[in-house]
Amino acid sequence: MNKYENFLLSYKEKHNNLMVLTVENRSAIRDISNILGNSFIDVGIAEQSMVGISAGLALCNKLPIIHGLASFLTMRSFEFIRTDIGYPNLTIKLVGTFSGFLSEGNGPTHQAIEDIALMRNIPNMNIFCPADEDDLILGLEDVFNSPNPFYIRYNDLKAIEKHKKFEMGKSETFSEGNDVSILVYGVLFNQAIKALSKLKKKGIKARVINLRTLKPIDKKKILKILDNSDLIVTLEDHFKVGGLFSIMAEIMAGGKIYNKILPISLDERWFKPSLFNDVLEHEGYTAEQISKKIYKYLTKGKNVK
Amino acid sequence: MEDELKEIALRARRHILDMTEGGCFLGASYSCVDIILFLYKKFLNVDSAHLKDPTRDYFFLSKGHSVPALYATFVELGWLEKERLKNHLKTNDDIYWHPNTKINGVEFHSGSLGHLLSVAVGVALDCKIEQRNNKVVVLLGDGELNEGSNWESLLIASTFKLNNLLIIIDRNKIQANKITEELIPLEPLKEKFNSFGFYVDSVNGHDFNDMDIKLKKYPNEDKPTILIAETVRGKGIPSIEMKTDKWFCKFTDDEINNYKLELEQMTDIM
Repeated sequence: MNKYENFLLSYKEKHNNLMVLTVENRSAIRDISNILGNSFIDVGIAEQSMVGISAGLALCNKLPIIHGLASFLTMRSFEFIRTDIGYPNLTIKLVGTFSGFLSEGNGPTHQAIEDIALMRNIPNMNIFCPADEDDLILGLEDVFNSPNPFYIRYNDLKAIEKHKKFEMGKSETFSEGNDVSILVYGVLFNQAIKALSKLKKKGIKARVINLRTLKPIDKKKILKILDNSDLIVTLEDHFKVGGLFSIMAEIMAGGKIYNKILPISLDERWFKPSLFNDVLEHEGYTAEQISKKIYKYLTKGKNVK
Repeated sequence: MEDELKEIALRARRHILDMTEGGCFLGASYSCVDIILFLYKKFLNVDSAHLKDPTRDYFFLSKGHSVPALYATFVELGWLEKERLKNHLKTNDDIYWHPNTKINGVEFHSGSLGHLLSVAVGVALDCKIEQRNNKVVVLLGDGELNEGSNWESLLIASTFKLNNLLIIIDRNKIQANKITEELIPLEPLKEKFNSFGFYVDSVNGHDFNDMDIKLKKYPNEDKPTILIAETVRGKGIPSIEMKTDKWFCKFTDDEINNYKLELEQMTDIM
């Protein structure tokens, strides 16, 4: 049993109305179906109906936690999520697995790289993008306790950093330095952390901000780093349109704030299907490649060693 | 019972006509108004004092554009003031072309077709899990059956043996602009539903005695029930009945007055 399943069971002990639903996607919940009994419902490969059914359960005061591949959960059933969860503001948590680069070798059919753009556009919907398994577990209690619907970009990567206590709508910062602020969410957090030391070797002082929730977004922190950073980097395994870069652009335009910003994202293209580390390498998302991009941007037109 | 319900059905049709200023889906409302009236008057255990009671029976209107039939029924039940129908499409109220929960008695909003069967399946599942004996009724349009989400949910309802679920199909045989069988044919519908594992029956959707008889067979021992209600779009106003060009109707005052006359001349609708 994984940490996520353990969390579900411990939450269920305190909140008996929890129900786990899936569309035959059991990767995160393989070992708890028997334990949960009739609180576990597998509706087969039918995303739209699972969303509608979860709305019905929520009307009866159940807390449905619904699971699916992020691409199909957010896209096949988008209108059901918008209309049957978002509009009535039902307390339902959507858990999307294999989002972004985690879809590895599946190809464009499975690449959820517009999930943030879609979900954040729905009124009442919130978004939690943990950096790794520890970050996921730290945030789930508050995310489940929230009366609002939440989209969770599920991720069980092993943690390489110790995370701080989770606070709703608050980011966490690693290292300090005003040359560069790297804003990141999800699986790329580890690469951002590793890029820090590589940048340091080149004399660049940087910080990494793990946003945790993209909605609500930690606007206070973002305004602060916009004020004190020479360069902002948005790092995401998502289309350039609608994700973190867009969030930053909206905040900057809204506040009439100018800063240099380097988006590292997928610009009008899908990524090359391969295994996770090879995808990172091919798409230019390893710590080494990220630090080089930043170094190049900062030293553009300057005489450097 | 018969005469009393006929009286109410006639009044309900008048209420619906009162909502046609600014336009409404009149024909689709007239085809299912008798069914909705019968359900609330004789079948469902729910009243205005217990709209949130967990033991109440549930009704979901999936073909949301028939909402005038629902609101006309609410007026007849005393849940909605008749005067408020005059607020149809006015910004000072919440009475518009599709149902929403700001109107007391509406269990869930609809308008996008193919949604509320799955929501009703969720409620029916919960009633099963919690061993509550609520009836869970959902009314679908026949044209709405084009939506694939319905067929997903039928498979699921059958799998979980939701015999507390009652699906009523408003089989008026016309969708927006076309005869159903001339667009995407649905027949043989009864056989389709049978093969999906449902108890299937048909009923005259304008005959209260027939509804009484057929609804007494619910619930089936282990299968969910589908009632195919044979209906007439626009039932009650002959010049509108079964006219494919009378879907969304925005009438002039003269037309509304003529239809009112037609309706009043129908001394016996059934």
